[in-house]
Amino acid sequence: MQAKTGTWTEKKGLAQMLKGGVIMDVVNVEHARIAEDAGACAVMALERVPADIRADGGVVRMSDPDMILKIMDAVSIPVMAKCRIGHFVEAQILESIGVDYIDESEVLTPADEEHHILKHNFKVPFVCGCRNIGEALRRIGEGAAMIRTKGEAGTGDVVEAVRHARTVMGAIRQLQTMGDEELMAYAKNNGAPYELVKETKELGRMPVVNFAAGGVATPADAALMMQLGVDGVFVGSGIFKSGDPARRAQAIVKSVTHYQDASILAEVSKNLGEAMVGRNVSQMPEGDKIAGRGW
Amino acid sequence: MKIGILALQGDFAEHGSMLKKLGVETVEVRLPEHLNGLHGLIIPGGESTTIGKLAVAYGLMDPLREFGKSHAIWGTCAGAIFLSNDIGRDQPLLGLMNIKVQRNAFGRQVDSFETDLEIEELYKATRTKHPYHAVFIRAPIIQSVGGNAKVLSALEDGRIVAAQQGHLLATSFHPELTDDTRFHEYFISLAG
Repeated sequence: MQAKTGTWTEKKGLAQMLKGGVIMDVVNVEHARIAEDAGACAVMALERVPADIRADGGVVRMSDPDMILKIMDAVSIPVMAKCRIGHFVEAQILESIGVDYIDESEVLTPADEEHHILKHNFKVPFVCGCRNIGEALRRIGEGAAMIRTKGEAGTGDVVEAVRHARTVMGAIRQLQTMGDEELMAYAKNNGAPYELVKETKELGRMPVVNFAAGGVATPADAALMMQLGVDGVFVGSGIFKSGDPARRAQAIVKSVTHYQDASILAEVSKNLGEAMVGRNVSQMPEGDKIAGRGW
Repeated sequence: MKIGILALQGDFAEHGSMLKKLGVETVEVRLPEHLNGLHGLIIPGGESTTIGKLAVAYGLMDPLREFGKSHAIWGTCAGAIFLSNDIGRDQPLLGLMNIKVQRNAFGRQVDSFETDLEIEELYKATRTKHPYHAVFIRAPIIQSVGGNAKVLSALEDGRIVAAQQGHLLATSFHPELTDDTRFHEYFISLAG
């Protein structure tokens, strides 16, 4: 039999291998090595962490491929990279250099305010953000093989991550109590593909792996997201904007494995140094929020 | 029959669902005391560096080595790496199996593939004959087997993708990502 590459099973499967793990934002080779040594299950290579992107402003694009390649050379774990929403040429470039996963991310400035990338056209798998089940299932419909709840990136405030995870998990619980005849109206009202609504009801979970993102800054935050039912956690600015990144990174890895064991969580939370300063989302002007990007 | 699944990181839930289909009781293993009373253990796919570091941090290395002396253990992908005794780089290994493994041997994710395998031992044990459809994800290969470890299956080009050493089993692919329960049945027969 001829070997088949780039199949749906392969794309979804790599995300399944990341479950129970922490994916860390890294901006250079040194950070990538710290992340791998701390036990990250993958890294996200980007030029600036979201907190700096917020501070700097301006148009934010795909990172320099040379910088991403250097990180790919430096670590043995999977390397992800971000492209702008709808920017399928950035995605083609990232695929051609061999990144393991592409994040079509609202953290970068959107290139298309109506359409996302048709991700089924690629061999490389994609992860996309969502705030609710409709948005998640639209992205899966376009070919996303992994989902992350968006939270509010670069704030260190977990409140939006909690809101989005609760919204998604609540919807899944609601679907399971619904009759099959109610699913078409549900699909219509939530802007979600009917077949995927049906599949989500049958599985009792999203059809692909779902991580939390956007505002996780402490081991307790990470364990909170896990207890809310996500499969793993992305940590962006929370690690490398803190006082002792290596120690905090290790602690967050441990907290995701032992998320139900409060005594271990207490142990790993000790003496971590300064957490990232953070920014209260509730006091932010609407225009500063990025979770609303995505259609 | 009670089978543990090492739940430090990776697709342990997928193994759990396969065993549930076969009516086997499962236990998630995160600390040494969780090994008590188990008849066998599965080490799932995931990132071998992450799994190794967490096993060291929570004192699981020696208890797992001790467990493997008298109980069945099966490692899939990252689990196969963790069971091996040589991978040509520095990371925590159990060293229970006499196999030399190369990580990410086929390249990056875009090179991950699915293919059919002929596995005679599996056919015999499950009284079936149809090929085994295997899913490889950033997969390792088994470069060589030594001592009493033997080859269970290889690709057409001869690269080894499954090996067995008594009650220890290593596969570089992921039976837990398919609907085919034959490999899990085979492992249960080793554990029982």
